[in-house]
Amino acid sequence: MIGLSGIEKAFGPKKVLRGVDLSVARGESLVIIGGSGTGKSVLLKCILGLVRPDAGRITFDGADVTGRRSDAFLAQFGMLFQGAALFDSMPVWQNVAFRLLRGPGRRPHAEAREIAVEKLRRVGLGPEVADLFPAELSGGMQKRVGLARAIAAEPRVIFFDEPTTGLDPIMAGVINDLIRDLVTEMGATAITITHDMSSVRAIADRVAMLHDGKLRWEGSVAQMDSTDDPYVAQFIHGRAEGPIAAIR
Amino acid sequence: MIVTTALARLGAATLGLLAATGRLTRFAGATLVHTVTPPFYPREFLHACMQIGWLSLPVVGLTALFTGAALALQIYAGGARFSAESVVPSIVAIGMARELGPVLGGLMVAARVASSIAAEIGTMKVTEQIDALVTLSTNPMKYLTVPRVLAATLTVPLLVGIGDVIGIMGGWLVGVNRLDFNSATYLKNTFDYLEPWDVGSGLVKGAAFGFIVALMGAYHGMTSARGAQGVGRATKSAVVAASVAILACNYILTEVFFSA
Ligand SMILES: Nc1ncnc2c1ncn2[C@@H]1O[C@H](COP(=O)(O)OP(=O)(O)OP(=O)(O)O)[C@@H](O)[C@H]1O
Ligand SMILES: [Mg+2]
Repeated sequence: MIGLSGIEKAFGPKKVLRGVDLSVARGESLVIIGGSGTGKSVLLKCILGLVRPDAGRITFDGADVTGRRSDAFLAQFGMLFQGAALFDSMPVWQNVAFRLLRGPGRRPHAEAREIAVEKLRRVGLGPEVADLFPAELSGGMQKRVGLARAIAAEPRVIFFDEPTTGLDPIMAGVINDLIRDLVTEMGATAITITHDMSSVRAIADRVAMLHDGKLRWEGSVAQMDSTDDPYVAQFIHGRAEGPIAAIR
Repeated sequence: MIVTTALARLGAATLGLLAATGRLTRFAGATLVHTVTPPFYPREFLHACMQIGWLSLPVVGLTALFTGAALALQIYAGGARFSAESVVPSIVAIGMARELGPVLGGLMVAARVASSIAAEIGTMKVTEQIDALVTLSTNPMKYLTVPRVLAATLTVPLLVGIGDVIGIMGGWLVGVNRLDFNSATYLKNTFDYLEPWDVGSGLVKGAAFGFIVALMGAYHGMTSARGAQGVGRATKSAVVAASVAILACNYILTEVFFSA
């Protein structure tokens, strides 16, 4: 469904992506792992057309979408940003219902609000949160509102950039279950970036590891546990010693 | 050696300035195109009118009041040298309407509005809210830039018009209470010599300055570098660029009106 080939991106002299090849099938849940600063977030932004890759090709449903971002294309996506990126000028429920309140698939005010409250419930937030402003929420609550916004319009493809960082273990479990449900029940395609290994195990159909600007390894969770790739082994066991330098 | 280095610096600075002007022109062009193509965001527009127009009223009004008052004293002092004190009402009115109302009003709006637009949009940029808008199928130019630029272009002339009235009133207060003018004569002299185009040209200037202020705020916000420092620099650049552009544009417009 989504195909990337030879994606390269540099910021000034710094080469972040050096030729990434990756494909994601419809209805699949892919988890991307990799060290901090290896370009995982940049990779998702390339797919959405928020960052224009220097080289390479991105296809979606067979069509070339490299560096493009039409409304019809974006309407099929939902994205949870690493920093939540909530609009702080509007209350929580309007954030969640942003897409429902505008554009072609517009719903009446009351209905949009109802959907927003329902999505908030799914991420473990009560209806009293709906009328607060983002600045009044804790970091973990903001993250979950961002998640509710990403899934509000029931997109076919959802990107989650570190959905469980900053959440307590129980909430992290709730979010992992939610992502799993979206894929198995709703048939959504998901790409999740995470550093949380319990999250990887709960969510992933397939795991891909980004290292040094390239896709270092990919495989299932079972293969990940039994792999003899020293990079993957060091990463999943969180060892300071190994081929991946601790200073980057 | 020193000369070539200096020349190279000068060249680089000139190129940089030209490139920035080009980017700004493209940004202005894009803004105009987005202004006339749907979707439109009337709610954002009304909100911007409130923020830019209504809430700038106190500062523009006070500026006009004190400027009109000081102007009356200065013109009286100058006029007295050739026994022409009676010109005070009409010169205060003409000076406010044609020049000081729009320019000082524009500069006050630049300080208040260009900074807040740049800081708001810049913060949205660095916290990825602009990216989030895009992923939610909303064009940031249409949603953020157009409402603000349109609101400023339409409300600043209104502010200037109100400023004219308040400025003339400031002159009248000083004229009557301090310079012993007869109130009725002062007002009669004011309106007898004031022509519609004196006011009209000032309002046109106001519209141009409003456009400049919001455009500079939005441009510097949208191109803000990362981090708090980036937003700080964007805010500063927006105010400086808007102020200088207002003064330059004021001269050009005045020259055009003068020759016409
Ligand atoms: N807009 C930008 N301008 C300049 N450099 C950037 C920009 N965006 C990202 N980078 C750089 O690209 C590199 C990769 O960033 P990215 O955010 O993708 O990392 P990441 O893999 O998501 O890391 P983390 O796990 O910490 O979130 C970083 O070194 C960052 O400094
Ligand atoms: Mg990241």
